[in-house]
Amino acid sequence: MQALGDAAVLIEFADHLDLSVNTRIQELAKAIRHRHMPWILDVVPALATLAVHVDPISLGFGDPIEPVRNLLTQCLDEGLTHTRSTRQVRIPICYETEFGLDLEDISQRTGLSVEEVVQRHQHSEFMVLMVGFAPGHPYLGGLAPSLSVPRRSAPRVKMPCGSVAIANAQCVVYPFEIPGGWSVVGRTPLRVFDASRRQPSLFEPGDQVRFERIDRGGFDALARKEGTQ
Amino acid sequence: MTGAACVLVERPGMLTTVQDCGRHGWQHVGVVPSGAMDCGSLQLANALVGNSLDLAGLEITLRGPTLLFQGATLLALTGAQHDARLTLDGREMPCPLNRPVLLHAGDRLTIDQPRHGFRAYLAIAGGIDVTPLLGSRCTYLAAAMGGVEGRALKKGDSLPLAGDAYALAQARFDQLTRDSAPATGQRRSVRWSVAPRSLPCDEPTVVRCVDGHHRHLFTPEALAAFEAGSYRISPQSNRMGYRMLGARLERARPGDILSEPTALGTVQVPADGLPIVLMADHQTTGGYAKIAEVAAADIGRLAQLRPGQEVRFVRCTLPEARALAQAQHQALQVAVQAIRLKYNAPTAGH
Repeated sequence: MQALGDAAVLIEFADHLDLSVNTRIQELAKAIRHRHMPWILDVVPALATLAVHVDPISLGFGDPIEPVRNLLTQCLDEGLTHTRSTRQVRIPICYETEFGLDLEDISQRTGLSVEEVVQRHQHSEFMVLMVGFAPGHPYLGGLAPSLSVPRRSAPRVKMPCGSVAIANAQCVVYPFEIPGGWSVVGRTPLRVFDASRRQPSLFEPGDQVRFERIDRGGFDALARKEGTQ
Repeated sequence: MTGAACVLVERPGMLTTVQDCGRHGWQHVGVVPSGAMDCGSLQLANALVGNSLDLAGLEITLRGPTLLFQGATLLALTGAQHDARLTLDGREMPCPLNRPVLLHAGDRLTIDQPRHGFRAYLAIAGGIDVTPLLGSRCTYLAAAMGGVEGRALKKGDSLPLAGDAYALAQARFDQLTRDSAPATGQRRSVRWSVAPRSLPCDEPTVVRCVDGHHRHLFTPEALAAFEAGSYRISPQSNRMGYRMLGARLERARPGDILSEPTALGTVQVPADGLPIVLMADHQTTGGYAKIAEVAAADIGRLAQLRPGQEVRFVRCTLPEARALAQAQHQALQVAVQAIRLKYNAPTAGH
């Protein structure tokens, strides 16, 4: 546990990505957030670390490490019981070539057929390891190891909104038209992030995620409903 | 919405956005707090017009806007020092800074280039009443969120004010001037002002930092260069980050770093070795090595520096950084209390 500047604390659980450690971090982050401590502004779980951003005024400008440590201990002592309810999120995805911009390329790199790539992506059991880079932008762990490809050498300047892409044994979903260097397998018609929704982010840290294949007709119908097209 | 209190934007300025003290509690889904880059100056402006400190005002970057007022409006301009001008019934006069100013329908405020500093803050009695999003009215440009349609002001915008803004303006101004002798002509301001905050006074400006999470990954030469040399603020700087030009910082141990949470003031060093200070609109997580963290107390001063100006990073301890923040907070409280006494109402607020 160490300071992240004078208004936040960073807790490092591992120096590498371990899915079971990440699961623990997500449970802890939820447990801390559910306590609604007035001196805590933000609780940010990441791949192998967790940050707690504090309000120095509420803490009388004292060292935040001790109160954070005490809170963590309390949460762990209680066994993180109220955080067992992991959300199951199902994301419709269309893998047609118009959306799966890099399916051919992934097929060549992995030696699998395009249909096999799609099958293996669709049957991967994902978990949201972290949301970052942009609002609502999830990093999903759990990709079938056979689909592990490196990042593309030339990133795209604008990823189409809703693009689902893979690299380095992870999967991401682009909530906005932003630059990205991951390989695109398909697209979801859902609105990934909408600040006016009660739950603005489709993905939250710790969610379990499955992709459900839809065809072009299904994509268009959902996109109309969501207003994403 | 005819008749609703508002201000018309005749000319938007270079980058004028609605900001408050930030959108907290959403970093776990990737939403950074944003908010005023020099938050202390915005809070001071709010105090000057009798608002609670966290109401939304305008952050004016370098060249400012021209605003046309539609009714009695009490405003205060803080932060960067501008030769701002008022146009009242066709007459031009300077707009005083760091004090409350009363304008009426048809009056104009023109803000050009600042003489000193980079960001000015304009607060209006009752606040700027754009629709709050996730608990804040501030603008997060990269995600087109908050403020006026998630963007900087543009020509023709009508800035919504609190429903009672016009009545509030007159009432608060009367509170401020009720003990004064009747003035000749129409009174527009008061005879007192407060000292500006956050304005850097010498170059290179000292920016104090505590150690970063990955300090140990850098070579001794890199650490010495970071702390001894001065850095010039790159023109590529914005509300997300201040890019620094100067000595390139090498790591003793290269290799990927797992993405982890960042903070306001994180000094990260990407592969090119040139440090970037993360500012109000930074990404919530990042995979670059963190060499240092700017003390919270020095963020406002950094935000008042322009591209081309020089800074010197000076290492300090965490207790020192916290003491600086506390002293800064107390200085603001003293100023706020003094202003509230002028209003003769210790709990003035909206």
